[in-house]
Parts: sequence; C-alpha cells; structure tokens
Amino acid sequence: MTQQEIIEIVNNSLAEEFELEPEDMKPEAHLYKDLGLDSLDAVDLVIVLEQAFSRKLRDEKAIQKIQTLGDLYAFIEEKQKEMG
Amino acid sequence: MSLKRVAITGMGAVSPYGIGVEALYQSMKLGRSAVTRYPALEAVKGLRCHIAGAVPELDAKQIPRKHRRSMSRMSIFSMLASMEALDMAGITPEMRQNTQTGVIIGTTVGSPQTQQDFFAEFLQEYSIEQVKSSLFFKIMGHTCAANVALALGISGRVMAPSAACATGVQAVGLGYEAIALGQQRIVLCGGSEELHPLTVAIFDIVNAASTGYNFDPARSPRPFDKDRDGTVCSEGCGIIILESLESALDRGASIFGEIIGFASTLDTTNISKPDPASIERCMSLALDNAGIRPDQVEYVNAHATATLLGDSAECLAIERIFGNRVPVSSFKGHFGHSLAGSGALETIVLLRMMEENLCLPTLNLEQPGADCDMVGHVMQPQSRSINTAIKNNFALGGINVSLVLRKYA
Repeated sequence: MTQQEIIEIVNNSLAEEFELEPEDMKPEAHLYKDLGLDSLDAVDLVIVLEQAFSRKLRDEKAIQKIQTLGDLYAFIEEKQKEMG
Repeated sequence: MSLKRVAITGMGAVSPYGIGVEALYQSMKLGRSAVTRYPALEAVKGLRCHIAGAVPELDAKQIPRKHRRSMSRMSIFSMLASMEALDMAGITPEMRQNTQTGVIIGTTVGSPQTQQDFFAEFLQEYSIEQVKSSLFFKIMGHTCAANVALALGISGRVMAPSAACATGVQAVGLGYEAIALGQQRIVLCGGSEELHPLTVAIFDIVNAASTGYNFDPARSPRPFDKDRDGTVCSEGCGIIILESLESALDRGASIFGEIIGFASTLDTTNISKPDPASIERCMSLALDNAGIRPDQVEYVNAHATATLLGDSAECLAIERIFGNRVPVSSFKGHFGHSLAGSGALETIVLLRMMEENLCLPTLNLEQPGADCDMVGHVMQPQSRSINTAIKNNFALGGINVSLVLRKYA
C-alpha cells in the first residue's frame, strides 16, 4: 500500500465518521485543536481505522502520542511496513 | 409557602405525522390516520401485529455532530421537539444556561435499536471490539434528557422518569411540581419513544396488540369501539415548556395554558390489568390537587389505547366521577400509541384544541362497545369551549397519571 493510498483511506474513514470537510484534512491539522475531535472520538477513531486496515490498533502504545493527521498517516504507514 | 402558578409557554412535537406541532394538529383535524403497514414487523416470527405509526424520514443533521453522535433516534426526536418548543417560547441561550432551567424527559427503555446493535455483535462474536464510544449514552435511562440538556446547554435539574406509557405526563407533572415549589423557573418536559419490534412484541405477547387490521391499518387502533382489538404502537416525542407564570408574564411570553393539577398513583391490584377504582382514585386526586370539582371539568382526554380491558376500565372510572356529561376522546386512533411519547404529544393536541375551541373526536370510534358506552364519547369534531380538562395516561406496571389543565385567562 502506498503512502498516498494510506492517506486516502484514513481521510475517507475520518471524513465519514466525523463529518469532516476534505479541505480541513491537512497533514498538519491537529486532531483535537483543528478538527474538533475529543477523547470519545479518539476511541471511535481507533475502531474506524481498525476496520479500514483490518488490524488491531487499540493496544498500540504509539497511538496515544498521535496529535496530527500527519502523525496518523505515519503511524499507519509504520504498522503496514511491520506487517510486510 | 405559596405555590407558583405554572404556565405552558412552548410546545414541540415529532410524531408519525412529521416534525412540528402543526403537522400533528392539522393532520388530526383532518381526521387523518398516521398508522400504516410496517414491514419490519412482518419479519418477526410470532409477531401478529404488522402495523404501526412511524415517524417519517427526518433531517437529523441539523443537530451538530458533536451532540448527535450520542443520540439514538429517540434522543433525536427529543432534540428536534425541544428546539421547536424553545423557539416557540422565545427562550434565549442565556435563559437556558441557568440552573433554574431544567429538562425532564423520559422514555420506556433506552434505545432498543442501539441495544439490538450491541447484542447482535456481542452474541455472535462475544466481543466488544467494534463497539463505539456512544453506546452507553444511547441506552442509558436518561438518554433523552441528558442529550437534550447537554446539546442545549441547560444546566438545571435533569431527570428522566420512566413509567412506560405514563412517562410523558409524569414528566410534565414533575416539572409542574418543581416550578410550583419555586425550585425551577423553566422546565422542558416530555417523553420520547422509538419504534422497535420489541415494543410491539410487549403488547402482542400479552394479547393487547391489534392483529386484525394488518390489511386495513388506518382503521386501527379503535379506542372504545365495539370492534377494537388492541393497541398499535407508534413513535415520537412531545415536549412542553413549563414556566412559572410570573416569569412568563415578566418577559411577555405567549401562554398556551396552565397546569393546575397532577396525580401519580399505583394500581396495586395487578401489574397489567387496569382497575377502575384505581383510575378513579388517580383522577380524583388530580382534581383535588387542582382544587376543582368534577363539574368544573369540561373535557376528558382519555388514555384509551383500544385494549379490551383498558378502555372499559377507564370508561367505568370516568363515569363514576363525571357521569356521561363530559366529552371524552382518545387520540390513539389517530397516530397509535407512542408510549412514553404519548402523554406530551396528546397534551399538546389538547392545548391546541383548547386554543381553537375545538373538540377532536376519537378516530375509528364508530360504535362504542357495550362496556364503554357509559361516557360522553366525542364521535365528530365539535366546536366547544374547553376551559378546564383532565388528561389521563396509564402504564403497564400499574402506574396511573392524571394531569389537569386550564386555559389561561
């Protein structure tokens, strides 16, 4: 899966779940400060990504440190690489 | 300690006729039934009632996602009805954000559809891995009240009575008492219900659901009628804004009526079979609470859900207090039984009737059953001034509730 494909899947999943505007979904966008998500949304974000990428993510420690969309893309990319 | 007078300054409705008080009232004035065949019921093995009153498709996206995410269908109904009621009452955000403003909205059980979604996954996979964060907020007992209060920034009392079919009127009664005692200034009161096969099944299991009109849905339910065969479930939410009369007058609000009496009692004789003496006692207590005599009551809005036992017990009780002098009608024939939603929705129609000096009949009542023939049934719309009315709602579980309303003058 290419980086662009990952970005598209993440953006589409989040846009649908959280009704985000595509133009707001920039890599530097902060999930909480810019996109308006909160701790409950963070729970659902993990579920949505688990469904989109068909893998367990909830117990990943690195997921706690994600702040921006860019962080999220990088995290998923790293996990995909680990999977090989 | 002197009690405050309690005015009604706003109303909001989501009903099987659509969104809005006028969609409800004007459809009923036209004698339209909102009961239709409901395919989801046909698929349920053993379920014999296939008709219902469903709320038409609505636009929930007018509620911001942040608030909508924790709302099931019943909370969305509550929110839309509350928005209409607040707008009608002219209540500003500043008035809402006050500990003197409260919300009392109940339901029968927290969102059954959400519970179904949870258990579908849980029972199949024995897993909670796909369960989203909003689960609890949709199934908790105070889901409607809390969601509405949070979305509207209302910071006073938030309560959620749960008394099945009597919930809505009980909520209005609790709001009335809180305002009369000076503990709240404004309270949004009501009840909400979302249609689900579970609800219909509850009545079908105890042989209290209509099963003989599946191919002629608009002819059922038939409260008081000789051919009635049980209730028809529906859904919706009614919200009534109660406000201390002095507050309403201070701000020049429109006043649609007053609540002047309330009683809530338990029929200890049986958990499901209504007892005329218990109903009579409840209505008498409500009249006592209002400080009026039976001969001052000009209309009875009956609970009458078209069950064989319930309608006849209520008629006997009405006759014992009012004889056959007072006009009686039930609105279940129009849009079915919206359980927790029914009390406030029916009260709203009653208030509009009082405003227009019109008495709406019981739809589908063509010939009263011999066991219901002893009261003054309204069979056709009547021009009639109603200054004081009593409104009944009773519930499985034995709860009887009566409310007394008066035109404001």
